Amino acid sequence: MKREPMYGIMAEFDSAQALIDAAKRTHEAGYKKIDAYSPFPIEGLAEELGFHRDEVPLVVLIGGIVGGLTGYLMQYWMSAVDYPLNIGGKPYHSWPAFIVITFEMTILFAGISAVFGMLALNGLPMPYHPVFNVPRFALASKDRFFLIVFSSDPKYDPAGTFDFLQALEPRSISEVPS
Amino acid sequence: MTLFAVACAGIFPAIHVGRPWLAYWLFPYPSTMGVWPQFRSPLMWDVFAVSTYATISALFWFIGLVPDLATLRDRSTNPATRIIYGILSLGWRGSARHWHRYETAYLLLAGLATPLVLSVHTVVSFDFAVGIVPGWHTTIFPPYFVAGAIYSGFAMVLMLAIPIRKIYGLEDFITERHLQNAAKVMLATGLIVAYGYGIEAFMGWYSGDRYDAFTLWNRLHGPYAGLYYLLLICNIFIPQVLWIRKLRTSPIALFFVSGVILVGMWLERFIIVVVSLHRDFLTSSWGMYYPTRWDWMTYIGTIGMFLAAIFLFVRLLPMISIFEMRTLLPEAEVKE
Repeated sequence: MKREPMYGIMAEFDSAQALIDAAKRTHEAGYKKIDAYSPFPIEGLAEELGFHRDEVPLVVLIGGIVGGLTGYLMQYWMSAVDYPLNIGGKPYHSWPAFIVITFEMTILFAGISAVFGMLALNGLPMPYHPVFNVPRFALASKDRFFLIVFSSDPKYDPAGTFDFLQALEPRSISEVPS
Repeated sequence: MTLFAVACAGIFPAIHVGRPWLAYWLFPYPSTMGVWPQFRSPLMWDVFAVSTYATISALFWFIGLVPDLATLRDRSTNPATRIIYGILSLGWRGSARHWHRYETAYLLLAGLATPLVLSVHTVVSFDFAVGIVPGWHTTIFPPYFVAGAIYSGFAMVLMLAIPIRKIYGLEDFITERHLQNAAKVMLATGLIVAYGYGIEAFMGWYSGDRYDAFTLWNRLHGPYAGLYYLLLICNIFIPQVLWIRKLRTSPIALFFVSGVILVGMWLERFIIVVVSLHRDFLTSSWGMYYPTRWDWMTYIGTIGMFLAAIFLFVRLLPMISIFEMRTLLPEAEVKE
């Protein structure tokens, strides 16, 4: 595989509004492999980048169903199949007593899937990433807003993309080494 | 932000669950004896409720910190702290797609944690309510424990937040409105707790059960009667001053009322546990409870451990979510 010498070109903006406008224009110009970085969540920014499928709710739903089934079947198997114990003459499969733990396991699995599903979909933890090579990128967690066009974009061409981003009037612009 | 404070306040008590040395028997692990826990017992429900609650609170708290840890990583000038915060922040870089999934996950987690708060206190109360001891065996316990938990939880949050707000000059973040809303929640849940006491007393009389009636009589006239009246004063009468707007907006008054409520909630547990048990069905098991040196040491030790954890947290990590505060800035507003 031929390796592009550059990971992409990154432009820095002063405000959330400037970033969202720039993201919109870049996406409309036909760039598909782009990303934006901000110190806090900006409503609608991901949609401007062409992100429409958020799988987190589905992961949480599946986690919850699996958790509920695990909780119930575990209790059923342990109390009625593997080692049946007669407790106060109650039936082995005394389902009303199993509801609480089933509920707890549903929430536990759903919560764990929400956290780890989100991290996995985001590809985190990832301590190294090429964008960290840009010294000014440290401001992305503080008060600056960044837009990047990846070199893997079909429309990417080093000089043309640089000029296009320059036309968006960023505060600064830099190439991201890979 | 209040949610964040409540999550933090909720996580530390979870550390202090009693740990007798055979506590692991409560978990369904494949033991050599081939037996499994007895799932029809509320004690088992409690194990699952508390451990789920602790896990979800810890995850909720940590995930809320990840973007702030990234800020700390980028701001630190010392390589060691940079590496530590760098590892803890999981390589967070604030990508728009990441933020989108993050917010969905955080919202869902908050939604899942809310019924969990109700369930954990309900299940704790089952430990009592399923028992046959008079004073425990009552269906009012689950709702009244949940209300009591929110009541004392807000009192604890206020007792921590008021000094922190003053010392660190956070009046702009923890505003008068937050304090006032917390006071209103305490007032409302306090009235639910008062209703719980009322129903307990009423059922003691109305049930016609001699043992229940005796428990009520014993609370009002027994050897621990003074504590019961103190409970009513602390949890029901004094908090009524929160009807006065002026006191609701005064941090000092709120601090003292919160302290009184915490004492009251401690007395409530004492009355439920000790006063119910010291006059059991069998007169042969009657007695008086005097705390031993170890009881006192455990009690003081848990308070110390809680305070140590809180102080370390305040010192090392952002106590108010940084990125959530940023979204409130006018610069964060965007129009489509």
